[in-house]
Amino acid sequence: MSGPSDSCAAAAPQGETIIEAGGASAHYWSDLWRYRDLFVFLTIRDIKVRYKQTVLGVGWALIQPVVTTIIFTFVFGKLAGMSAGGVPYPLLVLAGLLPWQLFSAALSSSSASLISNANLISKVYFPRLIIPLSSLGVATIDFLVVLALYVCASVWLGRIPSWHWALLPLFTLAALTLAFGAGLWFTALTVKYRDFRYIVPFLVQVGVFISPIGFSTGVVPSWRKLLDLNPMTGVIDSFRWCLLSDGQPFDILGISCSIVISAILAFSGLRYFRRMERTFADVI
Amino acid sequence: MPGDTIITVEGVSKRYLIGHQITDDTLRDQMSRGIRSAAEWMRPGARGAKRSVEEFWALRDLSFELRRGQVLGIVGRNGAGKSTLLKILSRITEPTTGRIRMRGRVASLLEVGTGFHPELTGRENIYLNGAILGMSRAEIVRKFDEIVAFSEIERFLDTPVKHYSSGMYVRLAFAIAAHLEPEILIVDEVLAVGDAQFQKKCLNKVSQVTHEDGRTVLFVSHNSAALQRICSTGIWLNQGRLAGQGPINECLAAYLRTGSQRADFPAPAVDKPHITSVRVDTGGLAEGRIEVDVGFRSPFALSPPVVGVTVSSKFGHPIAGSNGRMAGEAWQPPPTCSGVVTAHLDHVPLHSDTYLISVYLGDASMDYDQKLDVVEFDFVSPRFHPQMPPLQVIGQGDFGWRWTLRPE
Repeated sequence: MSGPSDSCAAAAPQGETIIEAGGASAHYWSDLWRYRDLFVFLTIRDIKVRYKQTVLGVGWALIQPVVTTIIFTFVFGKLAGMSAGGVPYPLLVLAGLLPWQLFSAALSSSSASLISNANLISKVYFPRLIIPLSSLGVATIDFLVVLALYVCASVWLGRIPSWHWALLPLFTLAALTLAFGAGLWFTALTVKYRDFRYIVPFLVQVGVFISPIGFSTGVVPSWRKLLDLNPMTGVIDSFRWCLLSDGQPFDILGISCSIVISAILAFSGLRYFRRMERTFADVI
Repeated sequence: MPGDTIITVEGVSKRYLIGHQITDDTLRDQMSRGIRSAAEWMRPGARGAKRSVEEFWALRDLSFELRRGQVLGIVGRNGAGKSTLLKILSRITEPTTGRIRMRGRVASLLEVGTGFHPELTGRENIYLNGAILGMSRAEIVRKFDEIVAFSEIERFLDTPVKHYSSGMYVRLAFAIAAHLEPEILIVDEVLAVGDAQFQKKCLNKVSQVTHEDGRTVLFVSHNSAALQRICSTGIWLNQGRLAGQGPINECLAAYLRTGSQRADFPAPAVDKPHITSVRVDTGGLAEGRIEVDVGFRSPFALSPPVVGVTVSSKFGHPIAGSNGRMAGEAWQPPPTCSGVVTAHLDHVPLHSDTYLISVYLGDASMDYDQKLDVVEFDFVSPRFHPQMPPLQVIGQGDFGWRWTLRPE
């Protein structure tokens, strides 16, 4: 027989489990690994369920960014007359929208993940971390669909991807880590305080306005320092640096700021989540 | 190696803080409470007025052991701590104090089809539910055909489960769980669902798993017959404490003997003859008798008071009923305005199961009041046999068949 039960039995010859107050953490990380298939199936479930019984299916992943791009191009490019630094304005917007949508979708779904899987939490044991982790999956798939759209648009507009593209996975990971760290905090807090269900959508809404999505940070140099306090600024700038290759210098300060904030959020979020985890089933 | 200890539970307690969890639900509640307690802190005299946090011990100092291959039935009333115990053993929640050692892989089935998604097909749900229950992808792939065969839903494998009948749903869910192959299986009241044929199949599967494969099973059920059929030993929980343990029959009998099953009724708005209480004597039940006390009250003397009692199956089908009029000359009570009529039935010809009682009140010519399926009771037959087919096949009546053979 091959399977996780064997690997578990090998780790502890008797396969002995000890249950006592505060003692659940002994095999946590090996358990997490043992349940990796559950992670995959939960992700697949979320993706499949999302587009079941829809006519357009994955098309819905495209409609929102396309419409937003058109509106932002009109408002910022035409009405406000902001400069795109020689890049087609829709491309500038879409390159900023890509990481933002990844972040906001991942944050929203991971923040709501525990509550929406309450039935699982009160009926079965598995490392709870699987739930917020798998909720990042749908956001990532939608991101890849929009990225494909971006590539098509970029090539159609005559802009061939440069070597900068190679760094894209890194910045994608930064956006996901940021969403995951904040999501861990929010989802663990939501189990006890349902207030956070209202806070997260509000934060995402505010975020659209304080992140440089519709405009390039190059047009507001005096606000730069303030914008960098928003960890998504660094990520969005880095995405534009990757995707547009428009000769803008790489903003090391902005992305460092993002990475530091992401790391702090992810680390502290993980600690808080682990601490609260053992009471989830009692409170949810 | 059969016979060695596989589960050791030592002094396990579980405390819930009731008020705490109700009032803390939003941040505002907690903030306002914080302000209030700060105010109380400044006025030392008021400090005695503590916030209302009520402790509730769902389990109290529970200890028992279970050996490999044993099937433990857990009995007790609702709220006795059965589900809490199963949740702790399944690692869903932590004990407040105490310690449990379990040797081997544990799988728990606290609900049929946990995590089934209605939009997904049967095939997709097999993978999802299997993974939720702790199977790896490789394991599910290996057992996929067996699961499908056991569940008898081949034709609907690619239909979303929201279109399934409840029977199909349960069959699929149990089939997945039945193929978990854990060393320790924890089952909560899930065999109560599904049709007779499938219930039989499930019980056989559980028996096979324990007898042939030497697995250990913990089983909660309100179905005395199912408990008698598959369990070897039992523990009885009462208000979170261990009230008894031993062979399942003794455990069940002791549990069922406690207290009485009764229902009380307020007087109706219009003053007319009415039933005030119905009580089934559980002590009598444990000895194979049924005694039903029916209290009544009337604005005028009932001449004579006539009470009817019907025992029904747990699905509400009447099995055996009678009333005072039918007794004819044998029972002629004097006219009365209030009192308690007791219906006696010695040597109850029923199999072990859960039954319902309906009662009626009238006089020589009229019926005045009725209470349908008001009291539920468990009957444990002293004539239980493990090879008994399910009651849906042979019925609840146990009329004492005799057998003869004429060789030819």
